[in-house]
Order: sequence, then C-alpha cells, then structure tokens
Amino acid sequence: MSRPDIANLAVGDVIGTRTVTFDRAALVRYAGASGDFNPIHWNDKVAEGAGLPGVIAHGMLTMGTVVGLVSEWAGDPGAVVDYQSRFTKPVEVPNPGTAQIEVTGTVGVIDADAGTVRVDLAVTVDGAKVLGRTQVLVRV
Amino acid sequence: MANADFEGRVYPADAPYSVGREKIREFASAVGATHPAHHDLVAARGLGYPDLVAPPTFAVVVAQRAESQYISDPVADIDFSRVVHADERFVHHRPVVAGDELTTVLYVDRIISRGAISMVTTRCEIYAMPESVEVPSPEADTPGEHVATVTSTLAIRGEDA
Repeated sequence: MSRPDIANLAVGDVIGTRTVTFDRAALVRYAGASGDFNPIHWNDKVAEGAGLPGVIAHGMLTMGTVVGLVSEWAGDPGAVVDYQSRFTKPVEVPNPGTAQIEVTGTVGVIDADAGTVRVDLAVTVDGAKVLGRTQVLVRV
Repeated sequence: MANADFEGRVYPADAPYSVGREKIREFASAVGATHPAHHDLVAARGLGYPDLVAPPTFAVVVAQRAESQYISDPVADIDFSRVVHADERFVHHRPVVAGDELTTVLYVDRIISRGAISMVTTRCEIYAMPESVEVPSPEADTPGEHVATVTSTLAIRGEDA
C-alpha cells in the first residue's frame, strides 16, 4: 500500500471523498462491538422520549467510520496520532432506509519537521454538517 | 444537574482490559475499517506491529468502561437518558495492539453547569501493563507504558431544557 509523500502535499489538497451509509443494522452492530447499548441508538420510543426525532447513530460510529478515509490514505491505521471531533448534529437513521454521510478530507496543516499532516474532515448529511472541527493528525 | 463536587476526582487504575484479536476485527468491521492491519496478522507485522492494530477510535471501548465508574454513580447525578455526546479526542502515544492489557486512570476534569445544561469533561489515561503484572499496583508511579489519552465531553440536559 502506497504512503503519501509529505514533500508533494500542499495545504488545501483534497486527499479524498467518500460516502458512508448507515442502516439500523449498522447501529446494532456498532452497539455490540463497542459495548454502547444506549437505547437511543436502536429503540425509536426511547429516542423520541429523549426529544430526538427517532433513532440516531452513535456519534462514535460516525467518528470511527469517517476516519477510515485518512487511515487508508496514510497506508497505516497506526499512523493516526491525534483525532478529535465535535458532535454538532445527530445523524437520524430511518427504518427502513439509510443515512448517507458525505466525507471530504483536506490537508489543513503540514509539519515537515515533525513528519505529520493534519487532515480536516468535512462530514455532512444532506448538506448539513454533522461533525464539527474534525481533525486527524497523521504521521506520514 | 451534574454534581459539581465530582470535579477533580481521580479514579485509580482499573481492572485490566485484555485487547483480543477478534475484538479488534469485530470493532474494525463495525466501523468499516478494511485496512488489512486490523484483520490480518501478517499485514500488521509487515507494518512493524507485534499484532493486529486497533482502529483509531477503538480506545473508546476501554475509556467508556472506565468512565462508567463515574457516570453510573448515582451520587454523580448524571441522568443517562438526557445525555448527548458533545466531543471526543484520542491522543495515541502508540497504537493499541492485540495482546495489550490496558488499565485506565480516570480524571473528572471539568463540570460546568449553565442554566439547565451541564457539560462534563472526563479524561482517560490508558496504560499497557507490563507482562509480569496482573493487577495494577496503587504504589507505582504509572501503571505501565502510556498508550492513549481519551478526552470526552458529555452534555446533560436538565428536566426543563
């Protein structure tokens, strides 16, 4: 798997885009894998009782999924040294149906001395931002 | 309203979490992480890792377990049905790999209540215990090799928010 060459990168370069799709099964699978069984992620009645429009994806599922764009670009998932995000808007997942999440990664900062690049992720559903200040620092 | 008395509280190193290969594969599949280093031992070793590499947010599994010591304490007064996750940050001092025995020191860094909303920030310092140690020692300066720092903020809406 090829690795990016820091000398050939410039701030503002788009490293890639992808669309991620969540259905209810994806939420149940993440609940089991992560141990986060909060019922707002699988039970409509509980979600509505909590003031939500319906079942929403785990913020950590969205955060955990969209970073794949960066770790695959970096060629080494262990190269991600710092990763942060804010959960600005819940991702509703209909039943039946899917939520489509659009992800774009852009080079935000290059530190040639440290050998690191900060990739900023724009994460939207139907044009609305669902994650804010999503920054991935990778060693390249 | 979250109990402000918990700010500054420290929970000592907890019972170790054993990072298993199948758990890494299961978590990686759940977040769509297809990189072979999560799934294939030869690929992981080819990148210089001793075993399968966990995806960047895997440490949340370990952190959430530690945070529950605080969150589920009724005296802390955190109504989980009114909690939303506000932000999360992972700093990896080295990647988590299968075979790690991870213990976590939990810090309640900040509790701020404004109006009917409380914002609670916790920090998990995650350490890999040396192979010779089975239970974290309360006397040790640190419980082992520093692996990750996981910072998380929860927003708790009060009854009238």
